[in-house]
Amino acid sequence: MTTTLELSTESSSRRAERIRLLAQPAVVLILVAGVLVWAFSQDLDATDRETLNGPSLLQMLYEHMLITVLVSALVVVIAVPLGVLLTRPGWRRLAPLFIGIANIGQAAPALGVLVLFFLATGAEGGLWVVVLPLAFYSLLPVLRNTMVGLQEVDPALIDAGRGIGMSAGAVLARIELPLAVPMILAGLRTSLVLAVGTATFAAFVDAGGFGVLIDTGYKLNRLPVLLTGAVLAVALALMVDWLGAVAERYLGPKGLR
Amino acid sequence: MTDVTASASTGEELPRDAAGTASDGTTTGAEITLTNVTKRYPGSKTPAVDDVTMTIPAGKIVILVGPSGCGKTTTMRMINRLIEPTSGTIRIGGEDTQSLNPDRLRRKIGYAIQQAGLFPHFTVAQNIAVVPKLLGWDKKRIDDRVDELLDMVGLDVGTFRDRYPRQLSGGQQQRVGVARALAADPPVLLMDEPFGAVDPITRGNLQDELLRLQSELHKTIVFVTHDFDEAVKLGDKIAVLGEASKILQYDTPEAILATPADDTVAGFVGAGASLKQLTLLRVRDVELRQEAVTVDIDESPAAVREKLSRSHNPYALVLDRRRRPCRWVHARDLPRATSLATAGKPLRDVVSTQSTLQDALEAMLAEGGAVPVTGPQGQYAGTIHLETVIETIQTLREEHNGGDSTGADGGTQQEAR
Repeated sequence: MTTTLELSTESSSRRAERIRLLAQPAVVLILVAGVLVWAFSQDLDATDRETLNGPSLLQMLYEHMLITVLVSALVVVIAVPLGVLLTRPGWRRLAPLFIGIANIGQAAPALGVLVLFFLATGAEGGLWVVVLPLAFYSLLPVLRNTMVGLQEVDPALIDAGRGIGMSAGAVLARIELPLAVPMILAGLRTSLVLAVGTATFAAFVDAGGFGVLIDTGYKLNRLPVLLTGAVLAVALALMVDWLGAVAERYLGPKGLR
Repeated sequence: MTDVTASASTGEELPRDAAGTASDGTTTGAEITLTNVTKRYPGSKTPAVDDVTMTIPAGKIVILVGPSGCGKTTTMRMINRLIEPTSGTIRIGGEDTQSLNPDRLRRKIGYAIQQAGLFPHFTVAQNIAVVPKLLGWDKKRIDDRVDELLDMVGLDVGTFRDRYPRQLSGGQQQRVGVARALAADPPVLLMDEPFGAVDPITRGNLQDELLRLQSELHKTIVFVTHDFDEAVKLGDKIAVLGEASKILQYDTPEAILATPADDTVAGFVGAGASLKQLTLLRVRDVELRQEAVTVDIDESPAAVREKLSRSHNPYALVLDRRRRPCRWVHARDLPRATSLATAGKPLRDVVSTQSTLQDALEAMLAEGGAVPVTGPQGQYAGTIHLETVIETIQTLREEHNGGDSTGADGGTQQEAR
């Protein structure tokens, strides 16, 4: 009885996942097309046209994505090796310390972390002023998932690997990390979505992105500008989330799927 | 055994040089010696393994058996240095294991564990190929070896080569685990309760397969289990271990069953030691009697009556034209009989010289007395009697009572198997 129940819930959740994989990009496209058609059909004055034009929208998309990619790359480069290190014997004691620090990063409001970093460094603004604090902000999901993914690898597999003559490094690279990939990807997907969302704050430190539209639209009370910025930011976040889902589905190790 | 000291300098080639090589080119077992091996974990007063000294003969299956937590697994894991001994020396084929890099050492020692420990993201072929790849074999040689091993452990190459472990049953996974352990043709195999997690029928099959493989490969196998029946079935020698891996008795299964060294061993052997002993002995090992009257199936009932009255025997065993036993006939059946092919009662149970004494006993209980024994082609070879079985067990007990039963090489029964 219970097994049939589990089977049906599993298959229905799988079906939901499959529908989402197909529907999500479609919804995003409709959303983007809809808001652009609507905005450009409005009676736009010269001030609106300053920001609402093809080239500058593409420029903002580029900036927004650049920030997202840099933040994610930085997160992966820092969090995965740190997660590996903190699950090695001898380093495990330090795990609570680093998890704690990463927790503070995420618990603090993203805008606060950004502004504090801006003030503390006395920087004039620009790309790295937004990338570094946002990387700190979205570090935790990847760090925690890397550690959990590695800890969940069956100790018998590690024992078998060492027992047949694989070095500790080979066991890590060929057994532990590949088996932890699904968890790491899930963490990365969360981090990416966090990064896309918080990248809208880049406008405050003069690093561009769709936040510029929201900021301008709000300050000058221009609804088409504000709405376009908000919808495009949401659409990009949904798109990145979808890419993450696709990656989780197809990049995990064969044999586990 | 070839010159082991010569191989010590190269380090790399230890097992191939140190171990013998069978006629078909596969590596046969190397002797393992443990000398005063102790493992003491920091912060623990009592050692996990205390001063173990034992010799594991080349080409034999030695079972380490004992209760959970007695240190048998720790003892085994010190052989391939998954656990480093605190003190003492372990030599394989004469070479100190400490003289090698542990990873290189382990590539020359097969390792199979409970639930197989197959890597779930590797195919069957990739799992088996791990060690050959580490040893730098070329692709062709690895592919050929994988196919050979799958065949050896009874898995169809076409069906199983590219499957993932989760697509296999427990027994199939275990076979792949054994194939992986044998991949680089190591002289020594360590098996840690490899059949502990499969159902009893599959376990029995896997045990039979292991014995068949061993009869071809002659590896030195150290096998850890807590199941004494498994130890009796598989072991050439059994080491019964107590607290801190103390060797309570190290002898052949026959000797341990006949004369347990102390009450702890006796308790571990469990009830029915004599019955277990019967599974170790074959009918060909005991004396058959030739006192039964045998008659040819074509003889006339009258002639048989004549024979029986002369020998003062109520029964005659009817043999067919190829001298295979087929019926018992009693003197009182004969007056009414027209032919021996229908007189008396047919045989229900026949044992062969290959059968175990346990099978013979079972047949005796069913037949209600002596049971005819057949030779290799099914021809009559004599009868086996209950008294013979009882005497055999008695003799074994007396023999083992007479000798030193701990640590000695209990040779005579070894050869008898």
